[in-house]
Amino acid sequence: MMTNPGNKVTQGQFSFLPDLTDAQITAQIKYALNNNWAIGIEYTDDPHPRNTYWEMYGNPMFDLKDPAGILMEINSCRKTFPNHYIRVTAFDSTRGVESPTMSYIVNRPKVEPGFGLVRQEAEGRNIRYTVHSYATDKPEGERYGK
Amino acid sequence: MTEPAAEQDPKPDVNALHNVPDATPVDLEAAFRDSHVQEVLDKLDRELIGLKPVKTRIREIAALLLVDRLRKGLGLTSGAPSLHMCFTGNPGTGKTTVALRMAEILHRLGYIRRAEVVSVTRDDLVGQYIGHTAPKTKEVLKKAMGGVLFIDEAYYLYKPENERDYGAESIEILLQVMENNRDDLVVILAGYKDRMDKFFQSNPGMSSRIAHHIDFPDYGPGELLSIAKLMLEEQQYRFSPEAEQAFADYIVKRMKMPHFANARSARNALDRARLRQANRLFAKPGAKLTKKDLVTIEPEDILASRVFSDGVPDTEEKV
Repeated sequence: MMTNPGNKVTQGQFSFLPDLTDAQITAQIKYALNNNWAIGIEYTDDPHPRNTYWEMYGNPMFDLKDPAGILMEINSCRKTFPNHYIRVTAFDSTRGVESPTMSYIVNRPKVEPGFGLVRQEAEGRNIRYTVHSYATDKPEGERYGK
Repeated sequence: MTEPAAEQDPKPDVNALHNVPDATPVDLEAAFRDSHVQEVLDKLDRELIGLKPVKTRIREIAALLLVDRLRKGLGLTSGAPSLHMCFTGNPGTGKTTVALRMAEILHRLGYIRRAEVVSVTRDDLVGQYIGHTAPKTKEVLKKAMGGVLFIDEAYYLYKPENERDYGAESIEILLQVMENNRDDLVVILAGYKDRMDKFFQSNPGMSSRIAHHIDFPDYGPGELLSIAKLMLEEQQYRFSPEAEQAFADYIVKRMKMPHFANARSARNALDRARLRQANRLFAKPGAKLTKKDLVTIEPEDILASRVFSDGVPDTEEKV
């Protein structure tokens, strides 16, 4: 695909930029902590854009004040799931907001096969379109190789 | 606080050792003034009495910081020094107090990011069943990152008699983090000298990672009197001149008796003196009391102690 070589999944913040370095991730976490947002780490291997609920890695870190501890968690998640998508989310719990404010991918599988267009014929020669990820052809856990 | 200075420093240059001419002048006095290190040292001198080895060591660390700053100004690299410490000493010599202060001092000197101490003992690090210890220790370490982790009574972590003790696992995790996250975390151990020595003998890895072994000497009678006066001032009391003399005598006598806990014994003695003062004021019916009576400790409040009458400490059981 000429506009997206490598089929990088472009979900969340900074996804059109090159992969974030550890120093950049630390800076982003520090920004979130300065705003008193809780940080959570999630992972999945199903890259479909409608897959909003990823698996949580550990518990959300409400009480940590320093980026170094959170980076330790991220690195241990990377070691456990080297071939999954891992993202960091920040949650704002002030009254009236109560929603995630940041979400960016920190780890990707080495090869991302991308998406194909699926056409479904409905009644009256209507065509319904949807997106299908080639990775989900294989079962969960075996999608991106060892 | 330290950020503006860092922006003006040139990037560290691998060849700065050779490229920058040796005769380049450096201004030590200016760096000393700008870093406000003297304030930190003065505050320490005022609020903690005695503790000469501690203050000397802090002064040395401050000097290292200044030299680091000057080197950064020339573009030389400066590796993070290891700041892990071990405080040993008798009860009541100020180990916990200084550890709590150390976080503030290191933060003012720019070595750690947050001036916060996470104070733990064995219970917070070691689990009760297999697999419980590692997550418990990791949680504590995550919470302490960026600041100081203070482990009190550190020798309880390692119990050599019981081979199924999970303390060793906690020590392994601590050793790893102490080595790899040296610029993120400062670990301070504390405990009594003989037991800490035994602990280090059985854990040479731990001993080699501790850069500063500081022993807290016992206080002298003059120092204990100053500490007592400082404590009274904080509680908004004062000694009358005769009471001060009586307390000085009390200290000298009490120091010779068993179970003397330095500053803690002084604090307990002051509490008992306040109790006796309150009862003395109560026992004077019809007397016209003034504010002076409320804030002054008189000699009879101290001389009523069993240290003078029976020659035994007040805390000893009455036979």
